[in-house]
Amino acid sequence: MRYLPLTPADRAEMLGVIGVATIDDLFVDVPAAARKADLFDLPLHAGEMEVERALAALAAKNRSAGAGPFFCGAGAYKHHVPATVDHIIQRSEFLTSYTPYQPEIAQGTLQVLFEFQTQVAALTGLDVANASMYDGSTACAEAVMMAQRVTRRKKAVLSGGLHPHYAAVTQTIAHAEGMEISRQAVAIDAEAAVLSAIDAETACVVVQTPNVFGVVTDVSKIAEAAHAAGALLIVVTTEAVSYGLLKSPGEMGADIAVGEGQSIGVGLNYGGPYVGLFAAREKFVRQMPGRLCGETVDADGARGFVLTLSTREQHIRREKATSNICTNSGLCALAFTIHMTLLGERGLRELAALNHSRARELRDALAAVPGVEILSPRFFNEFAIRVPGKAAEVVEALLADGVVAGVPFSRLDPKAGMDDVLLVAATETTTRGDIAAFAQALKGRTA
Amino acid sequence: MAMSNIGRPTQPQAGGATSAHTSLTGARGLLQDEALIFEMGGWDKSGVDFDLPSQDASDLGDLVRTAPIGLPGLSEPEAMRHFVRLSQKNHAIDLALYPLGSCTMKHNPRLNEKMARLAGFGDLHPMSPQSTTQGALELMDRLAHWLKTLTGMPAVALSPKAGAHGELCGLLAIKAAHEAKGQAHRRTVLVPTSAHGTNPATAAFVGYDVAEIAQTADGRVDLADLEAKLSPDVAAIMVTNPNTCGLFERDIIEIARLTHAAGAYFYCDGANFNAIVGKVRPGDLGVDAMHINLHKTFSTPHGGGGPGAGPVVLSEALAPYAPTPWVVSAGEGFKLVEEAEDEAADTFGRMVAFHGQMGMFVRAYAYMLSHGTDGLRQVAEDAVLNANYIKAKLSPVMSPAFPDGPCMHEALFDDSWLEGTGVTTLDFAKAMIDEGFHPMTMYFPLVVHGAMLIEPTETESKQELDRFCNALTLLAEAAKAGDVERFTGAPYLAPLRRLDETLAARKPRLTWRPEPTTVAPAPMAAE
Repeated sequence: MRYLPLTPADRAEMLGVIGVATIDDLFVDVPAAARKADLFDLPLHAGEMEVERALAALAAKNRSAGAGPFFCGAGAYKHHVPATVDHIIQRSEFLTSYTPYQPEIAQGTLQVLFEFQTQVAALTGLDVANASMYDGSTACAEAVMMAQRVTRRKKAVLSGGLHPHYAAVTQTIAHAEGMEISRQAVAIDAEAAVLSAIDAETACVVVQTPNVFGVVTDVSKIAEAAHAAGALLIVVTTEAVSYGLLKSPGEMGADIAVGEGQSIGVGLNYGGPYVGLFAAREKFVRQMPGRLCGETVDADGARGFVLTLSTREQHIRREKATSNICTNSGLCALAFTIHMTLLGERGLRELAALNHSRARELRDALAAVPGVEILSPRFFNEFAIRVPGKAAEVVEALLADGVVAGVPFSRLDPKAGMDDVLLVAATETTTRGDIAAFAQALKGRTA
Repeated sequence: MAMSNIGRPTQPQAGGATSAHTSLTGARGLLQDEALIFEMGGWDKSGVDFDLPSQDASDLGDLVRTAPIGLPGLSEPEAMRHFVRLSQKNHAIDLALYPLGSCTMKHNPRLNEKMARLAGFGDLHPMSPQSTTQGALELMDRLAHWLKTLTGMPAVALSPKAGAHGELCGLLAIKAAHEAKGQAHRRTVLVPTSAHGTNPATAAFVGYDVAEIAQTADGRVDLADLEAKLSPDVAAIMVTNPNTCGLFERDIIEIARLTHAAGAYFYCDGANFNAIVGKVRPGDLGVDAMHINLHKTFSTPHGGGGPGAGPVVLSEALAPYAPTPWVVSAGEGFKLVEEAEDEAADTFGRMVAFHGQMGMFVRAYAYMLSHGTDGLRQVAEDAVLNANYIKAKLSPVMSPAFPDGPCMHEALFDDSWLEGTGVTTLDFAKAMIDEGFHPMTMYFPLVVHGAMLIEPTETESKQELDRFCNALTLLAEAAKAGDVERFTGAPYLAPLRRLDETLAARKPRLTWRPEPTTVAPAPMAAE
């Protein structure tokens, strides 16, 4: 029990100071019937070596993304994270600190959050961003709830190109809140279809670009239509690196932009923890969910930062709070900010261009495989292909060749009737050798 | 004057709290002011090297960004220095006791960090074929087994990403269960006045009306008031146990019985599970749903505000409504039930993309293995012992809110002892910073005037507790002796002095904007 500093002598002395005889005298309020002397079918404590061995054995049963040619995306992307990022986030002062409620001794975390907010606002082309959300999907659901508060309307129109998990999370929350969700039919190039669903009851239109099939869209026309109907446009982005190449949501008329920031600095982690990005136009700031960090001065006039506008939040507003968010992804936001700072404007643009270029090389290689059809007309670093037969079976078959070929769309949405659609992604980590191996293996399996 | 710096070899500071000596540059020794990256970074500077793409043409046309983004870059050494300097302006559990009540700041073992970074976990894609992620699924299954066993509950939903998200999960399951039974008219959730703000916020978010239950003079749920408010309209009650006054709800079995008799469900906020883990199983008390903050009970780091993880254990009655996905045994291995069909016909839906906070699962599981059941039981005992020790040591100089009987893992004081001193709770808390400690939780719970809630946790040594109690005793004596200036201007020795929070809220500046004189970056040429 190496994490517990008290010795038996300490314990005895402390019980004496408290004035009780045994430790159980401190548990007298617990009903005797519910107190257990020894009950668990679980092991006793283990040393560091033993624990390490047990965890390493489990990890060894997984095939990591870096173990060979790898093409999965669909909302989580394999990118290179500079060593500096992980080193800094493991510094005790960042890793083991709490929410910065005492600003005088939390300026490190607070300044980083302010820098993070500024970076996210710049990337999304909007005025203000918060200090992060749990992930992109919960950020999407919160954005829809925020649109309901702003417009006092009850209907949300979801594009058929929205990641099915994001749609499902939004649906779950909307049901609880008594909101109506109008989800359009799933389709590769689905964005324009939302236009006909917008009406006078619509609180918001949610479109994703690049969408779940990788398709990039100019959403300006949707923004115009939404605004004409008094609705807000929410733009979702699951691949944050795409901000480096594509027009920002703000430039195209978005009122709220939400995104998954995992691609910048965070790593795959089998789905979490990730970092949700949330930005909006300034006039909506008091309706935003989540934490906000603001600039101010201290008693000597020096610049400093504090958490602010917290009267929107749960711990103050209780049942009148604007959201269910009680925390943020502080450490992941730090990782994002460090990585983004290392990239800078030039690095991000180069990284994005490199991703796009590799994905086009992948497209060209796969397009040459007989029986394969490229489905996404314009994309960033991910696209959909049609394969002969079931995509899930193709993926399993290609594992034998050492290739993880991508995400079968049926795994995200089994009811869409797209069993032969495979989502494939390439990033800066994808080598020409990987691409050649994929194309060759696919040729072997489809011939 | 008593020795003021027990346990440390350094000399106590003599005289007043501030030093008149100033440097020429405004720097304070190694403590440097640190500009924002936007003020120091270069628009064409970068700390990474890439192979540039061979093709520069794209088929994206006018979707390509042309305007500048506004992101400065730093070289690697500059970035390292920037963030390391910032880190030095933070307090952290690795620096000293962090006595935040209700927040559980305990030691974060680095073994857990190392395990979470194994490539098989850290570099694992959530949508990789399940045949290639069997170790991760097995870990989730084992973690679920531990959580179910420790709580005596039959089911667990792993996916909620934080404590409040876990509350949401529990209430959504309760709502789904009522709807399935044709009881959708139940629209009220009862919440004690002492509850954490997330409880009523979550109930309201799910569309429920919130009704408060009063508290007794000894800090527990008022059973008479509960009985009066239980009705056919009540969907659930939400009780924190141990509660936010640091007390065990003695009548919890009766609370559960009354709740069930009224046809409602019992949601228990399990934020304080570390006080009873290994000693009491919530399932034996009649709980229907309870979230467990993995970061609190199982030590995953708070990271400056997150990420956390809030798995929810569920009773037999609520288990069918659990959110997808979940892990099941399948032949020799494991599989994920990801969709609302077949095995998940009654699920209330999905709460997150993918499967939850896997990185936190690894850390929590490593912590469970390290402690074992014997160690976890010791965790609860030491957490409670440490809190009662603090309560005993500080009671002579401060006023405990509930002096009679033991507290659980946190000790609650009020501000009646500060009356007439001219020192406020906030002043006192800020003066703690000058003594090298993070302030305790202030003004919460709301049921106690000028509340000061102290949670030491089980990873504090007796020496550190003595050092802390000694510092607070000296401060209390100073306040009572009229040394008011020590408090009203505090902190004097922190990187910054009191921040103007009113200004920040009145004129929000939430992003950096260039001063008018700053030269904006030239637009990038279209590629």
